[in-house]
Amino acid sequence: MAATLPASAFPDKDEMARTQPTGSPRPRAVRTPWADRLFAGLALAAACLTLALLAGIIISLLIGAAPAIREYGLGFLVRSEWDPVQDRYGGLVMIYGTLATSVIALLIAVPVSFGIALFLTELSPGWLKRPLGIAIELLAAVPSIVYGMWGLLVFGPILARFVQQPLQAAFSGVPLLGAFVSGPPVGIGILSAGIILAIMIIPFIASVMRDVFEVTPPMLKESAYGLGSTTWEVVYRVVLPYTKAGVIGGIMLGLGRAIGETMAVTFVIGNMNQLNSLSVFEAANSITSALANEFAEAGEGLHQASLIYLGLVLFFITFVVLALSKILLAQLRKGEGARA
Amino acid sequence: MNSLILRTALAAAALIPLSTLADEVTGAGATFPAPVYAKWADSYNKATTHRINYQSVGSGAGIKQIKSKTVDFGASDMPLKDDELAKEGMFQFPTVIGGVVPVVNIVGIQPGQIKLTGQLLGDIYLGKITKWNDAALTGLNPGVNLPDAAISVVRRADGSGTTFIFTNYLSKVNPDWKAKVGEGTAVNWPVGAGGKGNEGVSAFVQRLPNSIGYVEYAYAKQNKMAHVLMKNQAGTFVAPDDVNFKAAAAGADWNKTFYQVLTEQPGKDSWPLTGATFILMHKVQDKPSQATATMKFFDWAYANGDKIAAELEYVPLPDSVKVLVQKYWAAEVKDTAGKPIVGK
Repeated sequence: MAATLPASAFPDKDEMARTQPTGSPRPRAVRTPWADRLFAGLALAAACLTLALLAGIIISLLIGAAPAIREYGLGFLVRSEWDPVQDRYGGLVMIYGTLATSVIALLIAVPVSFGIALFLTELSPGWLKRPLGIAIELLAAVPSIVYGMWGLLVFGPILARFVQQPLQAAFSGVPLLGAFVSGPPVGIGILSAGIILAIMIIPFIASVMRDVFEVTPPMLKESAYGLGSTTWEVVYRVVLPYTKAGVIGGIMLGLGRAIGETMAVTFVIGNMNQLNSLSVFEAANSITSALANEFAEAGEGLHQASLIYLGLVLFFITFVVLALSKILLAQLRKGEGARA
Repeated sequence: MNSLILRTALAAAALIPLSTLADEVTGAGATFPAPVYAKWADSYNKATTHRINYQSVGSGAGIKQIKSKTVDFGASDMPLKDDELAKEGMFQFPTVIGGVVPVVNIVGIQPGQIKLTGQLLGDIYLGKITKWNDAALTGLNPGVNLPDAAISVVRRADGSGTTFIFTNYLSKVNPDWKAKVGEGTAVNWPVGAGGKGNEGVSAFVQRLPNSIGYVEYAYAKQNKMAHVLMKNQAGTFVAPDDVNFKAAAAGADWNKTFYQVLTEQPGKDSWPLTGATFILMHKVQDKPSQATATMKFFDWAYANGDKIAAELEYVPLPDSVKVLVQKYWAAEVKDTAGKPIVGK
């Protein structure tokens, strides 16, 4: 811009008279036009590569799963049998395990993460904020196998001794609750997998929530405080509505991780391909865990195809979760518009 | 799978310059014998400068790779049936022997204190016997203080040759098991929690009170787990050790075929849950030099590898079986022109 300004502070008459630019402006010195085009092309290629990868993954999953899809169709999703010896497969147990553990993980992780974020942004004394925030982010860097080992060797026995066995003793004979807590008293199963997953995703959800809580304009919060709101009212009525997109994004990030987690789950879920009861203490299996355990030794044919079919189902579940979060956000925005 | 192929392809690509310098033999497959193959390859390299590259990717993947000829030899804990081998134009031979050991974790129970039969072991894994003080168990173990507690059944979650030996044995001795579950590297387990790998199962068993699991002999020995005495075909209760594994291997009839699952073999010392691990190769070799190098390696291992194998808790093959394998190499492995390639 500066280049087009006149050099003198007192322009002569001719220039004063020119109110409209005549003709197109002088082209800027473009020394390497090909570099711009190359960069634009590379950026486009990178974007297209992502799409191509996505399409490639779906296509190769479909091709790999084709024998199982032909054999079972969508009935695969509701068959609970998984018998490599008889070569009969169904995905219900793994799908149930994946969904159940993820739901348990969210039920635990969302309130806890909310509490952490609330404490860090509103309640914590200044000197504690940074160390605590860094500690939570460090938790996210712990490899998942460490959580798995810890869950198996430390947490499982504790859960069995102090939660499961007392519950079973208390509820034995009670019709519905008794069945809900039945199962071998070993501390591995859906509940332990869910709790381990919750511990793993808390850092993700908490740090996203903290970050978005922090971007709430102080003016809004201080106005609310000025009107006599309590801390809870400020968070619930001002901060949350202002940051809901980010909060939901954080929760979905955690859910995505919970659905896809493999190593930690395989240690504590018990890897049991039977759906004997709906007890949360019953050993079960998840899609990722089944894939990790069986893929290397799966023979060609239906076994392998069924495993790939499970991978396709997982892909689909992730897609649905993503779509649901978008729909949820759109609904929230619509509600906001109606209120305004 | 794709990543496996890719990895192999990358590994192969990276090795091309090397293989022109020295014969580089690649193999892939079972994880169970991987430590001994690696040690053998290392010693062989020091002795002869030839390189052997073994990737422990799992028996199933190893079978796939040798079928598609991306490797010079495949390795599997589960022998292929003779007709399947014939269909693929392949053959197999055993390398080392290992044993699967049922282990328990009951307070106050020492290694070798509990006796089991195959029938009872099968019933426990079927969920028919659920308590340690079941009459069938206490009847077989008079004087042993078995607790009034539920049996926590532990087994492998991943497909494995160990599971194959275990389920093959149960199928032989427990008709109900054969009808309901069957044999394979992964089966539809009626009860129990699955641990990943031998280390996963031994961790479960060591952590869970009143549990029973099965692991490879080396794991049981190194972790000093409480193994079980098993009743063998001859009716004696035997402990798992290398002498008894070897007895089982000697009892098998290797003359007819190398398809030998060494479970429930005759002989009063035979440990009933014994199994050999196998190498798979093509009978007709379009790259005879690679095949020769592979067979030279295993020939060297048969002659010089027993001590290494024993150090790693594997059991070497009986000499009679080694001789049979060497004879087979000489007679059956040919180049594309139909000439035997051993001794050329």
